[in-house]
Amino acid sequence: MEQTYAIQMKNITKRFGKVVANDHVSLDIKRGEILSLLGENGSGKTTLMNMLAGIYFPDEGEILVNGQSVTIASPKDAFDCGIGMIHQHFKLVDVFTAAENIVLGLDGQQRLDLKAASAKIKEICEKYGFVIDPSKKVYNMSVSEKQTVEIVKVLYRGADILILDEPTAVLTPQETDRLFDVMRNMKADGKAMVIITHKLNEVMEVSDRVAVLRKGQYIGDVATSDTNPQKLTDMMVGHAVTLNIDRPLVENRHLRLEVKDLTVLTPDGVKALDGVSFEAFGGEILGVAGISGSGQKELLESIAGLRSAQPGSHVIYHPPSPDEPIAGTHAPVDRKGEELLGKTVRQIHNIGVSMAFVPEDRLGMGLVGSMGMADNMMLKTYRSGKGPLLNRKPPRELAEKVKAELDVLTPSINTPVRRLSGGNVQKVLVGREIAQEPSVLMTAYAVRGLDINTSYTIYNLLTAEKLKGVAVIYVGEDLDVLLELCDRILVLCGGQVSGVVDARTTTKEEVGMLMTRFRKEAAEA
Amino acid sequence: MNNQIIQLIQSAIQFGTVIMFGAIGEILTEKSGNLNLGVPGIMYLGGIAGLAASFLYEFNNPDPSKLVCLLLSFLAAFLAAALGGLLYSFLTITLRANQNVTGLTLTIFGGGVANFFGGTLNTMAGGVGQISVATTSSVYRANIPGLSTMGVPGRLLFSYGFMVYLSIVVAIVMAWFLNRTRRGLNLRAVGENPATADAAGINVTRYKYVATCVGAGISGLGGLYYTMDYIKGTWANDGTIESLGWLAVALVIFATWRSLNAVWGSYLFGLLFWVYLIIPGLGRRDIALFNMLPYLVTIAVLIFVSLRNKKENQPPASLGLSYFREER
Repeated sequence: MEQTYAIQMKNITKRFGKVVANDHVSLDIKRGEILSLLGENGSGKTTLMNMLAGIYFPDEGEILVNGQSVTIASPKDAFDCGIGMIHQHFKLVDVFTAAENIVLGLDGQQRLDLKAASAKIKEICEKYGFVIDPSKKVYNMSVSEKQTVEIVKVLYRGADILILDEPTAVLTPQETDRLFDVMRNMKADGKAMVIITHKLNEVMEVSDRVAVLRKGQYIGDVATSDTNPQKLTDMMVGHAVTLNIDRPLVENRHLRLEVKDLTVLTPDGVKALDGVSFEAFGGEILGVAGISGSGQKELLESIAGLRSAQPGSHVIYHPPSPDEPIAGTHAPVDRKGEELLGKTVRQIHNIGVSMAFVPEDRLGMGLVGSMGMADNMMLKTYRSGKGPLLNRKPPRELAEKVKAELDVLTPSINTPVRRLSGGNVQKVLVGREIAQEPSVLMTAYAVRGLDINTSYTIYNLLTAEKLKGVAVIYVGEDLDVLLELCDRILVLCGGQVSGVVDARTTTKEEVGMLMTRFRKEAAEA
Repeated sequence: MNNQIIQLIQSAIQFGTVIMFGAIGEILTEKSGNLNLGVPGIMYLGGIAGLAASFLYEFNNPDPSKLVCLLLSFLAAFLAAALGGLLYSFLTITLRANQNVTGLTLTIFGGGVANFFGGTLNTMAGGVGQISVATTSSVYRANIPGLSTMGVPGRLLFSYGFMVYLSIVVAIVMAWFLNRTRRGLNLRAVGENPATADAAGINVTRYKYVATCVGAGISGLGGLYYTMDYIKGTWANDGTIESLGWLAVALVIFATWRSLNAVWGSYLFGLLFWVYLIIPGLGRRDIALFNMLPYLVTIAVLIFVSLRNKKENQPPASLGLSYFREER
């Protein structure tokens, strides 16, 4: 009985500070089976698997490999247990060949015999149906080839338990099919496999069993043949939670931003946004939902002028009418609609389109960590002064105002913002953008990592802007918040708009399915 | 062949050997991702330690053994330079100090230490220029009997001390190590992408330490060759070692981090540096202009390499950066 289990994880708990990433999770992985680990962003899937790969160490709980209790403290320990993980971000040396990357760090005779290694790589490739050129340099490889190298690297080390973290996120459909074929070959060879994903169609296609995590907790597992995407969505998103966010309806909404056929390429030439079209209205919060990496960042950045779009894309800005309070101070534009694409970041900002983007590390974009609040305010206003010297007074006043109004906890407005807590940093960021009196306010992950009270402060700020007639675009992660804060929700999936829904009438399940494009595929079927 | 040209080539090879040691050591160091700008200081340390060891031995023994002279000075130079590398490693790897600042500090430190002890040795020897390590220096400058007198080929190929040939051997061994061994591959991975190396189970810290210390030791041999052979076993605190050290750093770039390129590159630098010898009627001013040629060539190579934009010719990707595992 024990023999069929490759891995048993028992009561695993992992905390990061106060955040519980995994809460007493127990999971079994069987040989000759492909297990899907399903869950929303931040549900703890990757964290759980990282503990098998030796990246993190569990705070509580026990891991058994082949029935033996083991301690996995480093990636090397994981290799020794036969566990290999293919991370989302490849760990490859660019200037090395495939073969060099594969043998990297292995023990063996000191002379490097790349011919023998290549022969063994070819053997593995033939066995499972990979295509790989051992002498090709990694920097010449496509994403799919790099992934193949990663998988072969793990197999070369003799792993018989493979964990793939969102392997299809970067692949084309054809490449995905090829990957699934390889996975089935490996399954037939008796290897245990885990695929971390949030794409339901892939779960249904490739896996034998599905385990679902939600907010760090283990919800349960089902055989894929006994379930369907509808049931899985229910397990994944759970029941809607009532947050009681105040959501007034603004009667007079005017078209503010018209996005037409927006297509944006990543540096690798992959379409990050593919023909995205939507409208944003003043007096409304437009939520943007989607699995992370579906094009949210690219969308905001191309509107703000940080990224160039492909020809044929349009972002038309319709200025507020002169009698609106927010029409005040901005650069004059064509009243019939002004094309924003092709303008510089500063021009777009002067027109009144503001962006408050909170990246994973919070400080990365928008604020300078070693500068105080006042200096950070000045980053947006220093150009308006006359003469070569800075006038520090207005930014200082603005900083004091933001500090008082948003209740920013800081010893002084000159304390480096890096020393503030995450929530206060975010208040500074959002507060500064609001102080520009924008007519379009874009925020991404504005409440990421904030406690509940601070989150509400931010929600109220955004709602206040909406009441002023600003078009607010809110990119969020938490579906419950999107459903209660926004007026409409735009759902992105793989760089395309998979639907725009009325936030007042939609359900969490509907948005969840749009995020995984289930509805579209169901309609096609 | 013209006597002048033979002398030029001989000077170029001797000059080149000093900077070749410096450059090969620095290539090893930089392959681990450590940009050690302390090469001049390390060459100073190697030079003075070798000189001091053999001086003290010869000073206290009326009949010094040649073998002891050789071993003492060689080991002292290598170890002193490696200690400089250890200091640099501790500051940059363990304490994560800024690599540029640490390296430049090491250059100043090495120069100071060397000139301090150089002055002391001068005093002990009875005055400036009185240091004599005749026995040791003769070992370093010994030619293979018979070969060096065999006409033009003998003068061109066999008229040098053993360290000229040692430098070429070290360059070949270095190329073989970096490209053909597992440890070499692991080391290059550490310099390119330490997070990947770490995930592959490579001890990043250990590789960086060992590469930096051994690299510094090799660089220090350049200083030893300079004092023992190039200026024939004495001490000159005229700052020449420092300028040669910077030339070694330039040579690393010129050689695009390949030790075999450093061999011909160092001789080319030597030729350019000394080419004024065969041009008649030059004043001091003109000589200084000629001495700039190696730097100009390095700049030209930098421009050429960046125009070609070939990944293999770029410095190690994480050169100059500290590695923290927690930042993955």
